Amino acid sequence: MPSFTLLGQALVSGVLIGGLYGLLGLGLTLSWGLLHLINIAYFGLAFLSAYLTYHLGEVYHLPPWYAAALLVPAFFAAGVALHWTLARFRVAGLVSLLVTFGLIVVVEAVIQIVWTADFRKLELPYLTASAKLGPVYLPYMELTAFLIAAALAAGAWAVLRYTYFGKAVRAAAEEPSMAAAYGINHRANALLIAGLCAASAAVAGIFIALTTTLAPSQMFAWFGVVFAVVIIGGLGNPLGALVAGVLIGVAESMTMALIAPAWAPVVAFSLLIALLIWQPRWL
Amino acid sequence: MAKRVRRATRRAVLGGLAGTAALAAAYPLRAAPSGAPVRIGSTLALTGPLAQTSLIHKAVGEIYVELLNKKDGLLGRPVEWVLLDDQSKPDVARTLYEKLVTVDKVDLIIGPYATGNILAAMGVAQRYGKMLIQHTFGLPHLAKYEMQFPSSPIGPEPNKTAPIPVFDLLQKSKTPPKTIAVVASKFPSTHFIAQGFRAEAEKRKIKEVVYLEYEFGTRDWGAIAARVKDAKADFLYCGALGIESVQLLDALKKIDYAPPRHYHQFTAPGPLMNAAEGNHALAYTYFEEHEPFTSRPGAKEMLPLYRDKAKAMGIPYPFFDFQAAASGTAWQLLEAAVVATKSLDDKKMAAWLKGAQLDTLMGKLRFDGPNNHGPDLSVVKQVIDKKWVVVWPENVAGAKAVLP
Repeated sequence: MPSFTLLGQALVSGVLIGGLYGLLGLGLTLSWGLLHLINIAYFGLAFLSAYLTYHLGEVYHLPPWYAAALLVPAFFAAGVALHWTLARFRVAGLVSLLVTFGLIVVVEAVIQIVWTADFRKLELPYLTASAKLGPVYLPYMELTAFLIAAALAAGAWAVLRYTYFGKAVRAAAEEPSMAAAYGINHRANALLIAGLCAASAAVAGIFIALTTTLAPSQMFAWFGVVFAVVIIGGLGNPLGALVAGVLIGVAESMTMALIAPAWAPVVAFSLLIALLIWQPRWL
Repeated sequence: MAKRVRRATRRAVLGGLAGTAALAAAYPLRAAPSGAPVRIGSTLALTGPLAQTSLIHKAVGEIYVELLNKKDGLLGRPVEWVLLDDQSKPDVARTLYEKLVTVDKVDLIIGPYATGNILAAMGVAQRYGKMLIQHTFGLPHLAKYEMQFPSSPIGPEPNKTAPIPVFDLLQKSKTPPKTIAVVASKFPSTHFIAQGFRAEAEKRKIKEVVYLEYEFGTRDWGAIAARVKDAKADFLYCGALGIESVQLLDALKKIDYAPPRHYHQFTAPGPLMNAAEGNHALAYTYFEEHEPFTSRPGAKEMLPLYRDKAKAMGIPYPFFDFQAAASGTAWQLLEAAVVATKSLDDKKMAAWLKGAQLDTLMGKLRFDGPNNHGPDLSVVKQVIDKKWVVVWPENVAGAKAVLP
């Protein structure tokens, strides 16, 4: 019989990793749901951001918040430029999946040329520090990542739901020509959304650098689970992505604690299949 | 029976002498090589999840070929290494070895990195009758091809032999472990050896308090760490690959737990050595940068060159450890076979290697056992003051093991 401490620790671990899943899925869900672009280049951007955070910390001894101040606006601009290019060549739907997969391969190659294929890890004392809550430990970095993921998801949801901009974006996603007839500048809004998606990838990358060890090929290890998160959460639903991330994270973690770690990867896709069969309203 | 033993001994001695002579003949400086190059083909996982370690093999291979060409190459001809990227995928490795043999028509082949890719290359080598010297095949019972030769002396049954020095060391300590926690990747070679550790622990009456298998590519180590902490074992066996050891130790540190003693199977040496929680970690090796290993043939020449090359290539752990030595040894074996037989004939070279005993970077190698494996020469190393040092057995130890 597992102890309550073990179950509590596994629960915390699942919730916190779920935050990172949600953060990584934020760009993809917004892009897919609102721009109709399956832009998986955000995985590549997130890992590029992670390596840049590592580089700024390791070579220039810049703390991660400086990296954030530099990388978030830079990635916003990169996201805008990428979307402008995709729109210019009318890349959409499944073609966007193919094109952006190609971009990931390019990003992986660039990362490997610059930082080699070897492992890279930021070694800072506070990265493994934790707070204690009763018998359960809360790692500061993972906790910060979760809180930022929650803030970004809630912020994005509120903007989409309550602001004119959000309504305009949703209207354009539903019916672009009708939205244009009402004077909505869909192209400009799409550029802004794409920039924000890339900026969120930069934030995710910063936390990947702070919480894991980097290797170029690792970006592919996140694909499956983040896709499941985006689909379970509902396309274009930032809060849904976070909730789905936490759901999958906790399910995986509890599987590891109660059954066996080897069964954890099965969980995300089993959940996905179960939900696709069940087809609840929000899906 | 006695006669057979005597003949075997004589053969071993003669083989050893021939091997040493072949290696020695390879080292003096000679005239620059000329004529058509001897083309040696191989793949390495230059991209993909195995690329970290392949970088080491690439660096060593390039140094070795450069050194060969500074002498008189092979058979007086320059050496050209045709290196292709198998992307860490066995199916790609198989296709590329086919290409190397049938399209590029290389003279010789040498193995790729990692068990799955080596197995794929072995099938191609067997189909075309090419000798295959490989560095790091972790499942020797599957190496059925009679013209394959391992440069790592893991022995024919590493699952049975690798745990012995580790438990011998632990049981020599003041407080031998009574319980063990086993965390093992499902990656085939790692999983295979982990089962051997479990069996050896049982044989020595060490109680297994938790056994956890995980998939290659696991992202979340929090729950695994919680279970390891919960088990409170005297000894943690981590059957991990690459960076996974560090990820587990990191996760354990975050929940304020440091295993009293811990051993890591196929760990990435640099990150574990540099991590604070990696101090006193144990692992297996065949070569570390101290005596008596640095007196082995070729070490004095290779080590400084490797350091420079690794730094130039941006490899963060620029020390010549057993991966580098395994790679260097594969090239030493190939060179020795060509020099001894004065030919590029795969069958002749394989027949010669089978009876040879060679003093190499990885130690004294023989190929007279099952599936061309000699004895297991693995030793135990430990991180002591941010440096890997061999700690067991005592006759090759560079420091005394720290076992709290």
